[in-house]
Amino acid sequence: MPSVMIRRNPQGQLTIYIPKKDLEEAVVALQHDSPDCWGGEVTLADGSRYYLEPLAAPPSLPITLRAKRAGEG
Amino acid sequence: MTGMSREEVESLIQEVLEVYPEKARKERAKHLSPNDPSLEQSKKCITSNKKSQPGLMTIRGCAYAGSKGVVWGPIKDMIHISHGPVGCGQYSRAGRRNYYIGTTGVNAFVTMNFTSDFQEKDIVFGGDKKLAKLIDEIETLFPLNKGISIQSECPIGLIGDDIEAVAKKKAAEHETTVVPVRCEGFRGVSQSLGHHIANDAIRDWVLDKRDDDSSFASTPYDVSIIGDYNIGGDAWSSRILLEEMGLRIVAQWSGDGTLSEIELTPKVKLNLVHCYRSMNYISRHMEEKYGIPWMEYNFFGPTKTAESLRAIAAHFDDSIKAKCEAVIAKYQTEWQAVIAKFRPRLEGKRVMLYVGGLRPRHVIGAYEDLGMEVVGTGYEFGHNDDYDRTLKEMGSATLLYDDVTGYEFEEFVKKVKPDLIGSGIKEKYIFQKMGVPFRQMHSWDYSGPYHGFDGFAIFARDMDMTLNNPCWKKLQAPWQKSAEADLKVAASA
Repeated sequence: MPSVMIRRNPQGQLTIYIPKKDLEEAVVALQHDSPDCWGGEVTLADGSRYYLEPLAAPPSLPITLRAKRAGEG
Repeated sequence: MTGMSREEVESLIQEVLEVYPEKARKERAKHLSPNDPSLEQSKKCITSNKKSQPGLMTIRGCAYAGSKGVVWGPIKDMIHISHGPVGCGQYSRAGRRNYYIGTTGVNAFVTMNFTSDFQEKDIVFGGDKKLAKLIDEIETLFPLNKGISIQSECPIGLIGDDIEAVAKKKAAEHETTVVPVRCEGFRGVSQSLGHHIANDAIRDWVLDKRDDDSSFASTPYDVSIIGDYNIGGDAWSSRILLEEMGLRIVAQWSGDGTLSEIELTPKVKLNLVHCYRSMNYISRHMEEKYGIPWMEYNFFGPTKTAESLRAIAAHFDDSIKAKCEAVIAKYQTEWQAVIAKFRPRLEGKRVMLYVGGLRPRHVIGAYEDLGMEVVGTGYEFGHNDDYDRTLKEMGSATLLYDDVTGYEFEEFVKKVKPDLIGSGIKEKYIFQKMGVPFRQMHSWDYSGPYHGFDGFAIFARDMDMTLNNPCWKKLQAPWQKSAEADLKVAASA
């Protein structure tokens, strides 16, 4: 359950920063990205996948969230 | 690398690793690699930020060095107590050449050493009382200090002293800022964790002090310089460029910086991060909490400086962009003259670097402006994200080495035969005795500044005076010179 920080890079892409792993990676797919639901499974450019608890509305970025490794439930 | 293919570099690494026992060889092999600029991610070719192997001569420092020496130390109007035995503070005192304006011992304290000088009884009975007394003495003797930070050395964590309690009590008593920093040297694998701990201490104890105070008159052009430690005056030669283009520098972190500048940083519009490794943590925090964007920039060498100035100006309106172009144009003749003078003397020379967490990639542009080529680079304490940023800067099949050991570095130099090495004081005399020109790239070899256009002139002169110094031709005793040389002398006589 690492803490991850999600922000937009200067190109407008969603990126994820995982301090524990020094990983700064672009998000290529986000399961829920609509005005009433945001989060779910996140796929990163390097192929790894994480799960964010869905939020009721898109958060104001940047934001620090708890993420689970996808597949752990 | 010129004249070296990927296979040759790989076989060189194998050859150097041969002397190690199998376990160490396997571990070290992960930290050495030929560069591949086509890779997006460094973790595919190099491992970093791992514990150094026992028995190998590493060049790394400790968490205390990262916190006291790098992040907190240069804040000039605070007193930084080296809490623990006397040596840690004394032997690192004033070594980093963080310049500052002020009267030392009156309103600035950077080059002084304050320590609680632990003795056996403090280890046995605890040092909290001594710390409390020390803070009282400081308040009496140095009334113009603006705050105190307590930089823990190893024993504090080992004996379990409660420095936070002392800090809170004394801060209330003296109505000042007292920051306990848990940067015991044994934490983490290198000084890098010390930077992180120091950043977190600033976040928790200092940064939110003026959140409810709107008395500071801000402008739309407020920026702060983050991660410039003013080594040899670096931050000053950066600051004038930014000020000339119409920006207002609210804070310098932390070279020539003050406590109040740090407290005011949450009011700025943009954080400019020079040393990403040591201060990205606080920049990310400010982005999240205060919505302040941050950007990395690079003020080494005119190409990168101009590039960075334009990227900074892009965050502001057209008046700043226009002034930015004016600044670049103003200095153009100056740095072109520098290149015209020194490039012919330095063209084609090959450099190997091994520095801390930023310069292994940042100074590459400056060398390239002089026509020099960086054939090997490595970080003492860089992380994956630093190597991600380095891959693109370096040529294909150049040598990358992470946390290189004394032995490996010497062997690489013997084989690659660079014309110049840039590293620290511990490496300097080994390589000079081997007959290789050397510049200290931590302290600028007691020169500097190297940042900005003004700094580039000094950088170019320093590289020239080291590389083309006549002493390198005098390393062999006259009676050991070959017969051929004798003949030449005879012919010219």
